[in-house]
Amino acid sequence: MTTYIIRRLIQCAVVLLIVTVIIFIAVRLLPGDPLLMLVSSTETEEFTMEQLQELRRQYGLEKPLIVQYFEWAGNIFRGDLGRSLVSKLPVHEEILRRIPITLHIGILSFIISIILGIPAGIICAVKRSSWIDNVVTTLANLGITVPNFWLGVLMIYLFALYLDWLPTMGYTSPFDDFWLSTRMLIMPVFCLMIGAVSMNTRQVRSAMLEVLHQDYIRTAWSKGLRFRVVILKHALRNAIVPIVTLLGLGVPLVLGGSVLIEQVFSIPGMGRLAVDAIMRQDYPYVQAISLLMAAAVVFANLIVDLAYGWIDPRVRYQ
Amino acid sequence: MENRVIEINEFGSAPPRVSEFKRFLRVLTNRAVVVVGLVILITLILVAIFAPLIAPYDPYKLDIKNRLAPISTEHLLGTDTVGRDTLSRVIYGTRTSLEIGLISVSFAAIIGVTLGMISGFLGGWVYAVIMRIMDALMSFPMILLALMIAAVLGGGLENVIIALAVSLMPGYARLMCGQVLVVKESDYILAARAMGSTSWYIMIRHVILNCLPPIMVFITMMLGMAILAEAGLSFLGIGVEAEVPTWGSMINDGREYLLSNPILSFAPGAALMLVVFGFNMVGDGLRDALDPRLRGMI
Repeated sequence: MTTYIIRRLIQCAVVLLIVTVIIFIAVRLLPGDPLLMLVSSTETEEFTMEQLQELRRQYGLEKPLIVQYFEWAGNIFRGDLGRSLVSKLPVHEEILRRIPITLHIGILSFIISIILGIPAGIICAVKRSSWIDNVVTTLANLGITVPNFWLGVLMIYLFALYLDWLPTMGYTSPFDDFWLSTRMLIMPVFCLMIGAVSMNTRQVRSAMLEVLHQDYIRTAWSKGLRFRVVILKHALRNAIVPIVTLLGLGVPLVLGGSVLIEQVFSIPGMGRLAVDAIMRQDYPYVQAISLLMAAAVVFANLIVDLAYGWIDPRVRYQ
Repeated sequence: MENRVIEINEFGSAPPRVSEFKRFLRVLTNRAVVVVGLVILITLILVAIFAPLIAPYDPYKLDIKNRLAPISTEHLLGTDTVGRDTLSRVIYGTRTSLEIGLISVSFAAIIGVTLGMISGFLGGWVYAVIMRIMDALMSFPMILLALMIAAVLGGGLENVIIALAVSLMPGYARLMCGQVLVVKESDYILAARAMGSTSWYIMIRHVILNCLPPIMVFITMMLGMAILAEAGLSFLGIGVEAEVPTWGSMINDGREYLLSNPILSFAPGAALMLVVFGFNMVGDGLRDALDPRLRGMI
């Protein structure tokens, strides 16, 4: 197991390294000179070419790209993500303010998608072709289909504008006003989790169906084992690998969803910051956010891989 | 198994495989929901092709006097802020969506499958380099990656297609690579090698053909994903040119008039959902129909 863990960790580090290179290249290719944006945003002064050069030097933009890359990567290790080109504030301050918001919504959605999705999938598989299976499967098929941002717009119309039950948009910390915070979260969390819940249900259902066909399940039934033991101990344990894979996939799904959902509900989280920064070409933000999101996904994949090794001994010795 | 007289013609080609195709069709149309998906897709493809004949108005024609018109017999779904007919724009939006979906997924599939095949078949450091890069690309949430690429390239139809193709490609590479690794170890490849087939011949004749079914399923599913992602991009305002009718930007534009004209956002979203539903369900059906393990069961 130790060699397996070490191998995975090295692989992870390599992937993260490539991630930083991709981000760096992508961001340097962003159109427009960020310095020109800076100049036009501070219209009070007339900038001369010399001052522009000075600014360029100040931001380290005159150095060769490879040097810039290593400086940037080195700074990340020191926890310095740079300063915004627009607001001049350190990037990490703003990001630290926004991470809890995105995490709040994301973790809630992720947990609900597991709590609802796995039992729903098991029930569908056990009661295959019953009315409950048909209803749930149909709902799940619609759930993987519905564009979450459009669902958000629909919900705003129905619950906020038409019925006036919920606040239209925004975010409040649960520590400030728990009730308002919860009311504000209902719609975004629903939109964010609907895809993941549906995916989980479908996947658990098909994984369970596959296992329920096996001979050892028939044996378990014929031994007279109780329903709960057969389903949870014999069947679910053997269906767990595809389910774990799926849980890993939920992380990029929820993070990617937050980019759109935070826009729909005007939630000041990381996803919204990412979109704004890309629009404003504020590349220190773009770099930092994409790096954090990619790192979260890499980390989730690492946990999934380690879980494989733990669940299924065959994986360790490959 | 039924007994059939197999006629082998003088060229010695394979026996006719009629029953196999019939089985495929039977399994594909076995579930009602798949048939519904097929019908939706065929209808929407026809709508896209014949958009100029079906659309009641020119989707680009401004009519300021009639801006934000409600639903009426003249404008079945009303008009938008500059008086363009919503129904016509939804119909033309089908074109944009399907076009972007088909082209970007084709590019993603061709490049991804090739990379996956090369890395799976050659193994070693080629495998390591290609797959680690794919892993890195897959670490970004898809919409974020597409957003960054679209921002780098600037909006416009071609650039959105490139952004989506790059974001979707790693999935194909990984799937194909996994397939090749499995097929490579199979006995019939060993047999082919023993008979003296060259690597390239084996790759084309045996490996590709045997990896095709899951790729076909994946392509169908990814068409829905690509169309959804394109709508997401144009919803965020980084997409094709503003005047081109796309569902994503229509949903976004309609948000401002949600209280007075909700149909502006509802209609394009419903169309979007129909397309994605169609591709997902047909993908499900294809998976069942192409799954060799289910052969003889359904």
